[in-house]
Amino acid sequence: MALDPELIKKDFPILDQQVHGRRLVYLDSASSSQKPTSVIEAMTRYYETTHANVHRGVYAIAEEATKLFEAGRASVARFIGAADISEVVFTKNVTEAINLVAYSWGRANLGAGDVVVLTEMEHHSNLVPWLMLKAERGIELRFLAVTDDGLLDLSRLEETLDGAKLLGVTAVSNVLGTINPVRELADAAHAAGALILVDGAQQAPHLPTDVKSMDVDFFGLTGHKMLGPTGIGALWARLELLEAMPPFLGGGEMIRDVRLDGFSTNDVPWKFEAGTPPIAEVVGLTAAVDYLTAIGMGAVRQHERDLTAYALVTLRERYPDLVLHGPDDADRRGGVISFNYKDVHPHDLSQVLDESGVCVRAGHHCAKPLMRRFGVGATARASFSVYNERADVDALVDALATADRLFA
Amino acid sequence: MPGLEDLYREIILDHYRNPRNRGELTVPPAYSETGFNPLCGDEITLYVQLDGDRLDDIKLTGQGCSISQSSASMMSTAVKGKSLAEARATIRKFKAMMSIHEQRLDGAEDGSDDDASATDGQAEVSLGDLEALQGVVKFPVRIKCATLSWNTLAQALDHLSTVDH
Repeated sequence: MALDPELIKKDFPILDQQVHGRRLVYLDSASSSQKPTSVIEAMTRYYETTHANVHRGVYAIAEEATKLFEAGRASVARFIGAADISEVVFTKNVTEAINLVAYSWGRANLGAGDVVVLTEMEHHSNLVPWLMLKAERGIELRFLAVTDDGLLDLSRLEETLDGAKLLGVTAVSNVLGTINPVRELADAAHAAGALILVDGAQQAPHLPTDVKSMDVDFFGLTGHKMLGPTGIGALWARLELLEAMPPFLGGGEMIRDVRLDGFSTNDVPWKFEAGTPPIAEVVGLTAAVDYLTAIGMGAVRQHERDLTAYALVTLRERYPDLVLHGPDDADRRGGVISFNYKDVHPHDLSQVLDESGVCVRAGHHCAKPLMRRFGVGATARASFSVYNERADVDALVDALATADRLFA
Repeated sequence: MPGLEDLYREIILDHYRNPRNRGELTVPPAYSETGFNPLCGDEITLYVQLDGDRLDDIKLTGQGCSISQSSASMMSTAVKGKSLAEARATIRKFKAMMSIHEQRLDGAEDGSDDDASATDGQAEVSLGDLEALQGVVKFPVRIKCATLSWNTLAQALDHLSTVDH
């Protein structure tokens, strides 16, 4: 069933406002999405009626809080098609999920000369943890190149993966919008004897996700990009991997026993969840997952695909000088459109668009190597979510005319 | 709410479209310093040629938004030919206009309007065209754009003061 953005918009109170006397047009969901009332209310209700620490108290509200927290884990597991609820480890975001893998699995399995393959389109969060391991113990990093039209260059895939222990790749580029062929990459990685880690920050909110059919080994997602609160995300990994991995952060909750001369660890997933977790945030994330599930991720994808196709055509028609980065075909990209306009710096573009109430991101999008690859210092980026509609794209297109007036 | 006309004054756009002192100097004898704005990727490389205590020549390369590039261009015209002390006073005055008062650990403030003219016993420094950047203060996220070249110049001057020239 098609999604009705007019109706959905009403669920997002923040969108019902004006800035600079104009309707707020939010086109920065790839950076962080807005939150529906159901998420905000679930968190408020939790604090007003249920809050207590989890996995500790034996009184009623503590049991209820624990139940909500673990129900959240089950929701996330179902949402991404996990085989087992214990495979979902709550983290702060994808950055922490990848760091967990780099610190725990990486330090247990990678030594000098071991190869990790990444891509030129990775977000800094899937580059820097590995660069740190390279500096610390001399692992070798190899990179899959990006073609001029913003796709991964797979012509040397087998050769690049030869002897590698891990392939780390983003499912959807946060800059180019490119949807990468994760299953094909997973098959190639496994054939080479490597594991595959997928940065799902831009996938989980926008595409149906099934970690089993993708056949990946590690998958990270973040709540605040998928209509949920900040400060909560998850690492999914195959159970046997998590069980074999040493703990990451040490502290309360992650232990079974502690003596003055040592400790033993808790079961998976709690082994990786030291300290009091962000409980209200898990409650909020659960409500976000419920919201997306009710719409249906197939419908979400269809809506955002159509909106992206409309935006690409409209922008090109009105501004032939606009440089649009990434694949031309909306079927191959998520709802992310990065662009440069004449010599106008993206910061200035973004500032001018703000005057019309249009929020777009400007900068390097935490992907500086990719900026260098395309020979730009920065881009402007418009990105979509369930609450965006064609009128938002029209507002963007109209507002760009001011940039012409001021700078061209 | 502040409008675009507060930010994009004509003189700013003029310096953006026609940047002054654009180019490089041979290092050495010139000294170069590069500044980054890690948030947006803006980048300025500054080339400074001293003649004794005077900024004999200054050149700039780099890329960035209209605010960072015009501020750099205006800065170069403001400090070229000035003494090191005068250049420092101009930096302080400009940063004070950008509402940046560097806190010292002892609590004393550096760069407030009051002491900018008195510091180092310098006469009142006039910002001239640079006053056009005052509107940037109304757009707090853009202050870093405007101050990038100034911080880079301050680093360069700090370096030059510690070496024997």
